[in-house]
Amino acid sequence: MTLHEMQIASEQSSSIVLSARNIAKSFGNVHALKGVNFDVHHGQVTTLFGENGAGKSTLMKVLSGVMQPSSGQIVLDGNPVAFHSASDARDLGVSIIHQELSLAPNMNVRDNIFMGREIIGAGGVDYAEEEKQSRALMRELEEDIDPLTLVEDLRLGQQQLVEIARALSVDSRILIMDEPTSALSASEVEVLFKVVRDLKNRGVSIVYISHHLEEALQITDHAVVLRDGEVTASAPRGDISLEWIVQNMVGENFDLGSPPEGYAMGDTALSVRDLTVPDMVRKDRNVVDGVSLEVRAGEIVCIYGLMGAGRTEMLECIAGRLPNASGSVNLLGQEVSSLSIAERIEEGLVLVPEDRQRDGLVQTMSVGKNLSLANIQAFTRASIISRRRERNIIEGAIKNVTIKTSGSDAEIGSLSGGNQQKVVIGKMLATDPKVVLLDEPSRGIDIGAKAEVFRLLAEGARKGLAVVFSTSEVGECFSVAHRIIVMRRGRISAEFSNDVTKEEIMAASGEAVSAIRPSTGVTL
Amino acid sequence: MSDTTTAPNQAQGDVASADFDLVKLLLEGRAFFALIAIIIAFSLLSPVYFSLNNFLIMSSHVAIFGLLALGMMLVILTGGIDLSVGSTLALSGVVAGFLMQGVSLEMFGVVLYPPVWVVVILTCGVGAFVGLINGVLVAFFKVPAFVATLGLLYVARGVALLMTNGLTYNNLDGSPELGNTGFEWLGFNRLLGVPIGVIVLALVAIACSLMLNRSALGRWIYSTGGNERAAELSGVQVKRVKVTVYILSGICSAIAGLVLSSQLTSAGPTAGETYELTAIAAVVIGGAALTGGRGTVRGTLLGAFVIGFLSDGLVIIGVSSYWQTVFTGAVIVLAVLLNSIQYRGGRRKGPAKLSSPQKGTASE
Repeated sequence: MTLHEMQIASEQSSSIVLSARNIAKSFGNVHALKGVNFDVHHGQVTTLFGENGAGKSTLMKVLSGVMQPSSGQIVLDGNPVAFHSASDARDLGVSIIHQELSLAPNMNVRDNIFMGREIIGAGGVDYAEEEKQSRALMRELEEDIDPLTLVEDLRLGQQQLVEIARALSVDSRILIMDEPTSALSASEVEVLFKVVRDLKNRGVSIVYISHHLEEALQITDHAVVLRDGEVTASAPRGDISLEWIVQNMVGENFDLGSPPEGYAMGDTALSVRDLTVPDMVRKDRNVVDGVSLEVRAGEIVCIYGLMGAGRTEMLECIAGRLPNASGSVNLLGQEVSSLSIAERIEEGLVLVPEDRQRDGLVQTMSVGKNLSLANIQAFTRASIISRRRERNIIEGAIKNVTIKTSGSDAEIGSLSGGNQQKVVIGKMLATDPKVVLLDEPSRGIDIGAKAEVFRLLAEGARKGLAVVFSTSEVGECFSVAHRIIVMRRGRISAEFSNDVTKEEIMAASGEAVSAIRPSTGVTL
Repeated sequence: MSDTTTAPNQAQGDVASADFDLVKLLLEGRAFFALIAIIIAFSLLSPVYFSLNNFLIMSSHVAIFGLLALGMMLVILTGGIDLSVGSTLALSGVVAGFLMQGVSLEMFGVVLYPPVWVVVILTCGVGAFVGLINGVLVAFFKVPAFVATLGLLYVARGVALLMTNGLTYNNLDGSPELGNTGFEWLGFNRLLGVPIGVIVLALVAIACSLMLNRSALGRWIYSTGGNERAAELSGVQVKRVKVTVYILSGICSAIAGLVLSSQLTSAGPTAGETYELTAIAAVVIGGAALTGGRGTVRGTLLGAFVIGFLSDGLVIIGVSSYWQTVFTGAVIVLAVLLNSIQYRGGRRKGPAKLSSPQKGTASE
């Protein structure tokens, strides 16, 4: 974009650059979008809110040319356009950055930025020119990343900036960002938001999607809420609040439950002493450093911490996935740290992993077979499977965790994110555990499903289950947990009962004071 | 759109399957239709092709590939590959031949002539041992399956050559006085008119099918190949599962080696060269995914029959062996092509796969 264009652009700062007119998109007789109108304001951030399955991703795919609408029109700068492909859209200045980054980790920043449109000089690829332009882009983003660094050596937040640089290198005027902060630390989010503000000042229009409502509110200029393929509300930032978004998203008030009470907690079910897990990459430090904790039967403990605080490593070590350098894990009075994962499951200690696609589900197997996978010995005799008993177990699990599925033979991929998560939880609960560890059980699922997951945990605790779950959303600490443990750099930095404030938790986790968002009074 | 609720998705699936039933049927039953097409084509081209006796002869050829392919499929289901099956077949045959000649124990000054059933067990033990080495290398030492089994491909072949000095055992008959007759029964003879090799294949196939569908091990194999990390966290002992499939593959190779040397009434160290590739081809034609987690005994058998009936048919109508190679290769490429169409995007986007129109537009 030339300077002249930018001046023109800033003069029309309140104008609409891209708009979707009456867009409908159907898959068979499923109507993912039902006549959506959506405006992207010039040089501003337009945030699209909505639960999983509301149609956000479909709308973004239509706007970026990845999909074609069944009906309706896209208007760019006042002229109707038809994007036949993502590259069509990119040529007209509309780029999308997907949630899963599309960088080649084995190549350096320069090669990634120019991947597929290398600058060809007389003697082949003109690396010097590419490097010069890459440096200029990084300077614009005020990010000190050497273009010759391998992408795999960058932090996730920096990789995202490389994606943004790539979009800018093709003069994108409209940048669609799908869940850009889902894997970033608080400080990386700050950097990203600074870049977003700079982009706005340069006249780039941003479309932003996030599940993290509070965070998104910080940079939103316009909010659009989508529900069941229809726009339920849209308004400029001044007119909206968190409550407004949530109400329009889900259509009813939601709370994530409260700690179950009215029963006596049992004895200590899980006791971890001085657990230490060495860092696989940097041998000189420990990712989990002398952690001790006790959980009683019937108790729910929440572990809060930033990315890299060691939550996942601690839970995986307790479950037997990672070896511990020192320390002990004691289950119901029995030392289990030398047992395999399978033996720990048999003893009643199970882990619901963080990444359900990578660690939780076998995508090639049906819903039913996934549900029964951890519990095969319960329906096999002399290593022969009894299909009748397996069906009973599967049907029990589907009912217990209320999975919405067409049946146990349905493909895993046919379920919504929330129901997939329930399959992973149901699979582990079917083993009749004494202690269940859940690593970010609410990740990537909508508010309704979140509330149901927490309800399941509360139900389990009432029946005497010891529950430990981790989260990176401070609002979730105030759901069903009796106790909140904060981790920071591999250690437990604080322990609270559930009458603590968000600010105290975030201070203990080591988030910069500036990163603390003003309390909104809504418990999400 | 992968996160819609289930009910609409289902409707979506129903619509898609209504529109594309025929395509889907052809795609899923492709190995079967290919086999029918091959039989019809060759029956028209040659008067001798369509006869019971010819089918039985061809089937006894298929038995060798089929046995290798079944073992291979178990390995491929876990996401691995076993390149050593051809060499293991040769080594097993040579070991069987060696045992049939009698084992002289110098220390005691006697020569032992083990009966055939002992030879069979010992030979299967050799196959299992090769598989064990493969499995341990892959599961515990994290050697990529391709490399580990490639190594064993050379080692097993080399040992077979060393044992015979490159020669072939031609006398496998045994003698009645020594009580070790009956080796020819394993592949050369017929039971009720059916070659024993075909019966062996059928029995192994039934055993594999029961194991995969009705036993815990079967479930573990599918889950290990589908998502190893998830299987491990669900308490599946993925390392043991991997070692087991390589051992089973080794045993299948040994059985194939016994049947082949019985059919040929000789055991040579160069038998079964490149058979591992034919076995992989059969598995792929049968619709299994090389990435693991998908595949059936039925499909693999069909794949083996497609390859066997095709190459024998080409021989019968007198096509040169060079052209046979070209045809076989073309069939394999076609099969892999159809495989990638069938599983395209299936790993991440469940619903997207159901809706072909969407896919078409998305890839334009």
